[in-house]
Amino acid sequence: MTPEEIRELERAIGEIWEIAGRVGLEPYPVHFELVPASIMYEFGAYGLPGRFSHWTHGRAYQQIKTQYDYGLSKIYELVINTNPAYAFLLENNSVLQNKLVAAHVLAHVDFFKNNAYFAHTNRSMLETVSINAERLRRYEFEHGQKAVEQLLDAVLSIQEHIDANPRLRVTPPEPPKRRSATPRPYDDIFALGEAKEDPPPPMPRKLPPQPEKDLLLFLADHAPDLEPWQRDVIHIVRAEQLYFLPQMQTKIMNEGWASFWHARILRELDLSSEEYVEFARLHSSVLSPSKRSVNPYYLGMKIFEDIERRWNEPSPEEREKLGRTAGQGLAKVFEVREVDNDASFLRNYLTKDLVEELDLYLYKLEGDQWVIAEKDWEAVRDTILAGMTNFGQPYIVVEDGDYRRGRELYLKHCHEGDDLDLEYADKTLKYVHQLWSRPVHLETLVEGKHTVLKYEGQHGRAIAGVK
Amino acid sequence: MLPTVSLSKSDWSLHRKGPIDQARHNERVKEAIKDSLGDIVSQESIITSDGKKIVKIPIRSLELPRFRFDRGRKKHAGQGQGGSKVGDVIGQEAGGQPRGPGKGKQAGEMPGIDYYEAEITVDELAALMFEDLGLPFLKPKGRALVESEEVRFDEVRKTGPLSNLDKRRTIRQNLMRNARAGRSGFGGLQNDDLRFKTWERRVKEESNAVVIAMRDVSGSMGEFEKYITRSFYFWMVRFLRTRYTQVQIVFITHHTEAKEVDEDTFFNLGESGGTKVSSAYQLALEIANERYPASEWNTYPFHFSDGDNWGEVDNQRCLDLVKALLARSNAFGYGEIQEGGRRSPSTLMSAFGQIRDPQFIGVTITKKEDVYPALKQFFSTRDESGLAAVAR
Repeated sequence: MTPEEIRELERAIGEIWEIAGRVGLEPYPVHFELVPASIMYEFGAYGLPGRFSHWTHGRAYQQIKTQYDYGLSKIYELVINTNPAYAFLLENNSVLQNKLVAAHVLAHVDFFKNNAYFAHTNRSMLETVSINAERLRRYEFEHGQKAVEQLLDAVLSIQEHIDANPRLRVTPPEPPKRRSATPRPYDDIFALGEAKEDPPPPMPRKLPPQPEKDLLLFLADHAPDLEPWQRDVIHIVRAEQLYFLPQMQTKIMNEGWASFWHARILRELDLSSEEYVEFARLHSSVLSPSKRSVNPYYLGMKIFEDIERRWNEPSPEEREKLGRTAGQGLAKVFEVREVDNDASFLRNYLTKDLVEELDLYLYKLEGDQWVIAEKDWEAVRDTILAGMTNFGQPYIVVEDGDYRRGRELYLKHCHEGDDLDLEYADKTLKYVHQLWSRPVHLETLVEGKHTVLKYEGQHGRAIAGVK
Repeated sequence: MLPTVSLSKSDWSLHRKGPIDQARHNERVKEAIKDSLGDIVSQESIITSDGKKIVKIPIRSLELPRFRFDRGRKKHAGQGQGGSKVGDVIGQEAGGQPRGPGKGKQAGEMPGIDYYEAEITVDELAALMFEDLGLPFLKPKGRALVESEEVRFDEVRKTGPLSNLDKRRTIRQNLMRNARAGRSGFGGLQNDDLRFKTWERRVKEESNAVVIAMRDVSGSMGEFEKYITRSFYFWMVRFLRTRYTQVQIVFITHHTEAKEVDEDTFFNLGESGGTKVSSAYQLALEIANERYPASEWNTYPFHFSDGDNWGEVDNQRCLDLVKALLARSNAFGYGEIQEGGRRSPSTLMSAFGQIRDPQFIGVTITKKEDVYPALKQFFSTRDESGLAAVAR
């Protein structure tokens, strides 16, 4: 961008900020930074600037870069949930492209600030990840690059298995107070009058007391042989993952929200007709549907638009039964942005009409062809929803950290209809074993059969009939 | 008041984290390739290539595994342009790998690829393969050639033997010093004026080695046997030329008769007829004695065969000839190819079993994947105590 273009963009960003405020968005202050494409792919690959080094980040960098170089895809924007927020714009984008991105960004930042699921995110995460990266560098220096990489390989392979709601965790009951171990004088006399009490049965040594979803936390706290620095690495990965979690929980909403608003804000800007054509083209390319996946930008935006319409012009039935009054569209949209996540958003607002209008379907593999298998709206909605449950990750809990009384680890996959990829499960279990350093087991269902995978230096698999 | 919104542009040219981690990723790719060299080495498409070609190697292990669902058996949601029907085909699996739209973290949402396809040239592959390989029992030889070192006077110092005094430079130094002192002309020579030529002795490293590659082209050699032989020699030749610029290779084919052939013929010949292995060994010994005296050459005869020989008499002759060859060679390599390992060792291999010399290296190959281990067996640098004759 030329200096004049930069000034033009700066002016437009000021205007966009004003419009955003006028329509009711309340973003944190935002600092925009113009960066070259290489920096953009890098931040995209790492999720955040300054994050720790790992070859998987390099791999992501290479993939994004290749896709960009071949013109297959382009990251337009990257916005960081901090206060003040940071957003990165591509310096070789056109002014109009960056105007659209700026409007999109402000809506994202508004979402970060106001959606309930982001309420507890670390708003100075940029500093935190830099400190984390520095700590990992120090560990590399102290323990060798190889040791840190091997540890990270294992930890990152299970990084999704954390608990988003640790506050809901039930605290284990206190073990009953036992009498003071050292006998006091006259104990025997005091005891004379009392009924001979059976000593309380020893508490079953259960670890964890309840099934534990936060596998990372459990390993950091209880893995028998890890060194303190290794536990710290697990905590680092876990903390960063916790930061990303609300973004995974609200992808459709967040992208939908940003798209909903960038369109409106841009329409309020004074665009030349050329710019308007460019805007229309870009807008529709961002929102184009995909045969093989659901475009979160499109689906989310359509749902928000639908909510606005339905609350603006309620049907006679809705007026009567639900007492809905006309003209509440925007108020409702803002309320949804505050209280929902993707799962509740889709469950509550993806209607039959929308599924049909958007031509959503389910497809599956038949032979070597992917074929449309289902168009029933509830089946479609429920499948998309199922994909949202636990962010599309298998729900795995720690059942027992002292299995067979030998500190073996027993994990359980809470099977909800979909089988695990066993090849991957075996490989991942090997990594869990690396961290736990004793035999590890994973209970699941394979084609309805109760199956336990295990790794104790080598793989084993037991199928124990239909449960 | 702080601005609520701002725009800036900095210099990012020193920011290089992504490329550094990318390099580490590439290293991991190479490690993964190295781990699966055994499979890769025996791939037909590579051996028939000219070496410049880029081969694509799928590597599965580069993905960090996760607990995930079995994608092939799951229903996924997608979106049509309107009017889609149950039963419509929306894509093809296998070969045509679907890819995610790749918007940052979004990339992997699709059912599809779990493997990474590394691209590598055959030469790079060879370099990876040969990293740990070398000619066994290699000895410094060929002194006569090595003596052709050259002496070059290419430096000037202030000290040295008087015989190397550089008179011209010394006089010049003296004149300059005098000039600085305001005098003209030569005179009053001091130690500081002296300049000496020094020289460097450049030794051209020569490791003279000859490899005698013998190939059984008799009728009993089936497709598999021929393939293995070609495959082994393909890598061997490539290896030798990569690592030892001075190595010479003699190509011999044999059925009942042996003859020396050029490289092309060696790789492409498909003859038939009976087998008399001794003919090849006889020719190898003659060539070695005539052209590659043991005092100057490291000699490595290699022979690949299915072990089907003419008879006990010839086996005995082979044994004697191998002993004669061993006496003047650094190592003798015999590879016996038995598809599927269906038989017990051939009578030829059994005869070789009497050899106790660690410099005899015998290997049995029963499947394609054995080619790389065989290469490692033959070309692991070892000392005199090195083990040999380990048949798989």
